[in-house]
Amino acid sequence: MSGQASTDRRSNVSLARRACNIRRKAVQMGEVQGQGYVGQALGVADLLAVSFFHAVEYRSEDPEWEGRDRFLLSIGHYAIAFYAALMEAGILPEEELGTYGMDDSRMPMSGMASYTPGMEMSGGSLGLGLSVAVGRALGLKRKKSGALVFNLMSDGELGEGSTWEAAMGAAHHRLDNLICLVDFNNQQADGASTGMLSAEPVDAKFAAFGWFVQRIDGNDIDALVAAFDAARAHDGPEPRVIICDTKMCKGVPFLETREMAHFVRVEPDEWQKALDALDEEAPK
Amino acid sequence: MSAATRARKYEPRKLPEGKQATSAMIASLEAEGYDTVSAPFGHALNALAAQDERIVGLSADLSKYTDLHVFAQANPDRFYQVGMAEQLLMGTAAGLAHEGFIPFATTYAVFASRRAYDFVSQAIAEEGLPVKICCALPGLTSGYGPSHQATEDIAIFRGLPDIAIVDPCDATDVAQMVPELVAWNGPTYARLLRGQVANVLQKHKPDYQFKLGRAQMIREGKDVLVISAGIMTMRALDAAEDLAADGIDVAVLHCPTIKPLDTETILAEAGKGRLTVVAENHTKLGGLGEAVATTLLTAGVTPVFRQIGLPDAFLEAGALPTLHDMYGISRRAVAEQIKGWL
Ligand SMILES: Cc1ncc(C[n+]2csc(CCOP(=O)(O)OP(=O)(O)O)c2C)c(N)n1
Ligand SMILES: [Mg+2]
Repeated sequence: MSGQASTDRRSNVSLARRACNIRRKAVQMGEVQGQGYVGQALGVADLLAVSFFHAVEYRSEDPEWEGRDRFLLSIGHYAIAFYAALMEAGILPEEELGTYGMDDSRMPMSGMASYTPGMEMSGGSLGLGLSVAVGRALGLKRKKSGALVFNLMSDGELGEGSTWEAAMGAAHHRLDNLICLVDFNNQQADGASTGMLSAEPVDAKFAAFGWFVQRIDGNDIDALVAAFDAARAHDGPEPRVIICDTKMCKGVPFLETREMAHFVRVEPDEWQKALDALDEEAPK
Repeated sequence: MSAATRARKYEPRKLPEGKQATSAMIASLEAEGYDTVSAPFGHALNALAAQDERIVGLSADLSKYTDLHVFAQANPDRFYQVGMAEQLLMGTAAGLAHEGFIPFATTYAVFASRRAYDFVSQAIAEEGLPVKICCALPGLTSGYGPSHQATEDIAIFRGLPDIAIVDPCDATDVAQMVPELVAWNGPTYARLLRGQVANVLQKHKPDYQFKLGRAQMIREGKDVLVISAGIMTMRALDAAEDLAADGIDVAVLHCPTIKPLDTETILAEAGKGRLTVVAENHTKLGGLGEAVATTLLTAGVTPVFRQIGLPDAFLEAGALPTLHDMYGISRRAVAEQIKGWL
């Protein structure tokens, strides 16, 4: 339990509000460093809001609570988004926001387990998460725990062979306690992922590997809620994957229309404009 | 993870007395007062490719971050973007080499050495194929933590038979090593400096030319001999200037080829009785320091010997200037250590 009243956690209006708060915090952290993977954070904020305020079990005051769902951030460079979600969820104190990326911070630019409460794995080297998730899911089953394992990964990680080894392993071991979330923003370091090593059709690939597959608009909160619910309710031994098509920079119109890049440039005077844009669209 | 790191779990790092919490955003090495050259690797490769049809380029979603995009733009039909798949990168390079091409394959040093090592060893090196692996972010040149800090890449590749290993210091080394890598009849691993790269060596020695397999004296000095590679030669040269002000005369032997090692020059210089310091942007285990030590002991040459390099630990995340100070590879730290040993 997160300490949120269950009705509050289920209300979709509140989820939109949560997503907006996560976006705001990520932009504020970007401003601290004058840079950061803000485009990714804006794109994945809805997915994180629904994860932390609808789908994932945790205790804000006890991030290592044995009964928690394990939420693995396979994509270490998305840490800025994840810290924003951890703050919104009360796992990290908001007062630390201004330390983001500083030498004495618990929030390094790339996610690492030893630095940050709530960070289940050290990322940065991409393509590790799903295989670790397989082990976590096996371990939880061994311990007769009902907790779930979530693995948040990117479209870029679909290029790593290790992802598909793990996809086969998860299905082979019938890991129905594993939910993989793919943030498909069609962006990688050198350009669009579909233009360099296309994983499409991703849904058919996972299905062929023996997974229960859903593909949704990852910026549609109702669709996210429905997908998480269906993944949990699914009556079958398959591991579950939710492929979320997301839009980089979602929620800040002047950034959404900028030429997309792995590292979206934000000028010094634009951070405040981005916050204003978020406030303008914020659910009341 | 080391015991020390574990003990620090979730604790904010305690900064040394008087230190500010600097920002980790400084992602590339500062030129430290030297002139810079833009993308020396990409431009050198273009020049060579214009004369050598066999050259092709491959990257695993890091062409922009290894200056290979300069080659890709000039030679779009000779460039292969394999996506973020480092094993595919090395396997594909091996296949192209089998068909008579000379592939330059780029990624970050950590991913070539860690993720793709078996492909480098078995698909490339065991078959003696001329694949030229060129990797950015050598040693401690990223503040992103162990995931991006290639502290042991040289140790990993040194154990591999037949491979040539180069750790360049500056833009001259980077540009001039490109044709030399091709001239080496077999696999090579080169650390890469990219973007705006400092011009260090010719400032100290105007007629300096990179030569694969050769260590060269950049600066003479009678009190101390520093044998260094990579950016540590820049550190050694800068520290030598500071130490000269204190009346300490430091010689710098630049040894950018880690394998095959120029044992002849090393033995000749180390045999002159000076304090001998090996400085490397790499863990003290398995790199240039140990290679030099073995060379000296085997030949019965035993000067007072010290190592400057990274500790046997997973390093912290943070701003590079902070980290270079902390781990003893900044200009100041190099000078202080040498002083302390005299
Ligand atoms: C194994 C590995 N290879 C390469 C990199 C360098 N790298 C960092 S982010 C990135 C792009 C990966 O794609 P994705 O995660 O989809 O990127 P984004 O959507 O954030 O642009 C790359 C190649 C890495 N971190 N790990
Ligand atoms: Mg992506």
